[in-house]
Amino acid sequence: MNFNIPFMNYRGYATIGSLVLLLISVGSLSFKGLNLGLDFSGGTLIEVSYEEAADLVDIRDLMTNNGFDDFQVVNFGSNSDVLIKVADKNGNSQLGDVIYKFLLEADPATELKRIEFVGPQIGSELRDQGGLGMLVALGMILLYVAFRFQYKFALGAVAALAHDVVIILGLFSVFSWDFDLTVLAALLAVIGYSLNDTIVVSDRIRENFRGERGFDPDEIVNHSINQTLSRTLITSLTTLLVLFALFFFGGDMIRGFSQALIIGVLVGTYSSIYVVANMLLGLSISQDDLAIPEPEGAEFDDMP
Amino acid sequence: MVLSIGVIYSLPNLYPAKPAIQIAYTDSGKSADQILLNQVTEILEDRSVVVESVGLKDNNIIAKFNSFDDQLAGKAALQRVLLDRAVVALNLEPSTPQWLRDIGGGPLKLGLDLSGGVHFLLEVDIESALDNRLESLLNEYRKKFRDEKINVESSRKSNKDLIFSFISDEDYNKALRIFSDDNITSLGTPLYDLRPNSPRNLVEIAYSQNAIKEIRDYAVGQNLMTLRNRVNELGVSEPIVQRQGSSRIVVELPGVQDTTAAKKIIGKTANLEFRLEAASTTSRLRKEEFDFQDERMGSAFLEKNIIVAGDRVTNASSGFDESGFAQVNITLDMQGGRAMQKATNGNIGRRLGVLFVEQKNKSVLTKDADGNDVIEQTSYVTKEIISLATVQAVLGTAFRITGVGSPQEASELALLLRAGALAAPMKFVEERTVGPSLGKENIELGVRSIIIGLLSVIAFMFFYYRWFGLAANIALFANVVLITGFMSLLGATLTLPGIAGIVLTIGMAVDANVLIFSRIREELKAGKDPQTAIQEGFSRAFVTIVDANVTTLIASVVLYAIGTGPVKGFAITLSIGILTSMFTAILGTRAIINLMYGNRNIKELRV
Repeated sequence: MNFNIPFMNYRGYATIGSLVLLLISVGSLSFKGLNLGLDFSGGTLIEVSYEEAADLVDIRDLMTNNGFDDFQVVNFGSNSDVLIKVADKNGNSQLGDVIYKFLLEADPATELKRIEFVGPQIGSELRDQGGLGMLVALGMILLYVAFRFQYKFALGAVAALAHDVVIILGLFSVFSWDFDLTVLAALLAVIGYSLNDTIVVSDRIRENFRGERGFDPDEIVNHSINQTLSRTLITSLTTLLVLFALFFFGGDMIRGFSQALIIGVLVGTYSSIYVVANMLLGLSISQDDLAIPEPEGAEFDDMP
Repeated sequence: MVLSIGVIYSLPNLYPAKPAIQIAYTDSGKSADQILLNQVTEILEDRSVVVESVGLKDNNIIAKFNSFDDQLAGKAALQRVLLDRAVVALNLEPSTPQWLRDIGGGPLKLGLDLSGGVHFLLEVDIESALDNRLESLLNEYRKKFRDEKINVESSRKSNKDLIFSFISDEDYNKALRIFSDDNITSLGTPLYDLRPNSPRNLVEIAYSQNAIKEIRDYAVGQNLMTLRNRVNELGVSEPIVQRQGSSRIVVELPGVQDTTAAKKIIGKTANLEFRLEAASTTSRLRKEEFDFQDERMGSAFLEKNIIVAGDRVTNASSGFDESGFAQVNITLDMQGGRAMQKATNGNIGRRLGVLFVEQKNKSVLTKDADGNDVIEQTSYVTKEIISLATVQAVLGTAFRITGVGSPQEASELALLLRAGALAAPMKFVEERTVGPSLGKENIELGVRSIIIGLLSVIAFMFFYYRWFGLAANIALFANVVLITGFMSLLGATLTLPGIAGIVLTIGMAVDANVLIFSRIREELKAGKDPQTAIQEGFSRAFVTIVDANVTTLIASVVLYAIGTGPVKGFAITLSIGILTSMFTAILGTRAIINLMYGNRNIKELRV
């Protein structure tokens, strides 16, 4: 496939689009916040399975009668599976057992699928660790890219990653999707994936800057994006294929994970085209920035 | 070569796990032997249970069966005869052939979310361990000064300090010398922060940072051992009991179905203390009052001084005395025995109490400076006397408690004593229970999404790239084999997010090939002949592939560092996947393409 799309002509629209999305995300994150899953909020979660469709109203009554007030009862996956979340602030690790006991008394055919209890201090530790991990990952990547390419590329790459992460977080906030540890894992995987894309594009931009003298940076960047476009699309497509397989067939426990990744791949593909290129042109990248040619390619020629 | 290693080590995963029974002596110190092995074989023969093999493995006896029915019949038969002499636990044993096992091959370990079971995270309460230490240190010095005839004006514990004051300068100097002589840990660093105040003849001591670290390590280590013993009593196969960080312990019990029972035994955050009953003349400062159900008053006074704590108990069992009443036999370790001997010498006729210390948690909702609600978690301790018996002789390392009530009560007391007491109380800070049905469901879903993901990528690649796609597909397939092989070889644990990691790698692994193929296309378009185009395509794409993968690797290493349990599993499969996919996509594909196009004069190449 040959592409010759004048991507850089739409730079302005892309910038506005990105900014709007970022604003919505940041706004939602700061006013509404994330719907933190059990891993981060602490509390107790219990999943049970009934032989027939479960009566959620009955279960809610049962919970209230047993003295619980701050809880959620929802179907999970099928209508015979029920998920009960108790926002217990006391760090009482016995709640799950207690709830299962009275559910079992009410209906002896109740099957326990899982109980999760996360103490309040673990929750806050995981929050801190997760945030810190994200920053460490971004920092290390910044260093690597700065070392391998040039600081303007590094800034572009990290801006693209931050862009992706903020938009995914924003979507999770806007739609109140559960944000738990697996979603955090997905977020870090998105960082890896989006970077992958970004680097392939940057790599080509660098190569073309060195090879094609006398062109204007806009044209070179545009040319590079077009050259790598078919690869970008194919890789995104194969990754999306497996992610949809996970989303539809992988079960409810990793639905949030695949959801975050699907969004991540879509946003990441877009950001590797627009955000990085935008940043590079914004930082007025020039041939001088890449003047010292590195010995590349040649030494690998005798690979088997 | 690498591929064949991968194939060999992924082979064990193709052999299904067989139903098995694991038999071990109830006494965790005793490992299974030939006698038990013969007995097990005999019992199974007697009941004509069809068994595939019976053998010793580690400290257990493993009997493998051909069907789950045989396994259950075997368990019933064994339990009826062995009773509580041995722990009989259902188990799944890999049926890996011997030659594979000899070279270190074995199937993948499944995480709790796939096998079902319980995961606990417990936190050791170091503060109270320190408190206990200070309390006994205070008693030690009081005794030492008495022996040395040093007059102490007052001695008390204040928060984390011990404060001694002396009347005369002479006594003060003598005491100071004793403190300085003691002031060394086993590592040669100062044991105390010593703060003498000579004008007031006052000495304040507190444990040094190093000493606190040592105490913490000791307390966590001791609790770890106690938990291992308790877990062994549960008869779970392949449990994990590990220290995490400075003061936490992870307990994982795969396959446990009755989680409430498991938690009851693990979570017995109880400690034991042996103390003498206080005489009526003992000063109020040296004694404490505790609840005691058997006493008419409902309570009894014990001395503050702890003779021996539960961590010195090496064994306890219930039995019957000469007149047929239930009793509990206790064995202490050497140090405990010496302390017990010293304490009971001259105290025959007095009563010895066993104090049961339990840690409980309470949370209070308060407001912080900004008026936000904050939860303050406080833990409190309940102490109750579970036995108060008259000392009839000087006690040593082995003694017994009689008059403990019914045989049932005796065996409960013995279990409490035997399960070992904890050096410091613990509390649950995290718990995850996965029912067996969910585990099985997760495996099915995981395998299904791998297959569907793999097939759709393979189909796409073949239709889009034809022959080159086929080469990439073979490499992709090899990649999945390699991931499983390496994970088995490294003994890594497979979790549900780990499966997701494999699926994700499948999608991303073709990226390297896509990069290479589009390069080759460009080279062809630039007018190069097919062979050169292939050469150039591979070598020019190489740098990009490395750069792109190293950065993903960075992200997954960070993920590994911050993640716990299942998320770590994802990071592991993702990292392994990245490395193997680079290998298969670059070398594997190239080998296949060389096979297809090498040494041939191709006129036209379609990529």
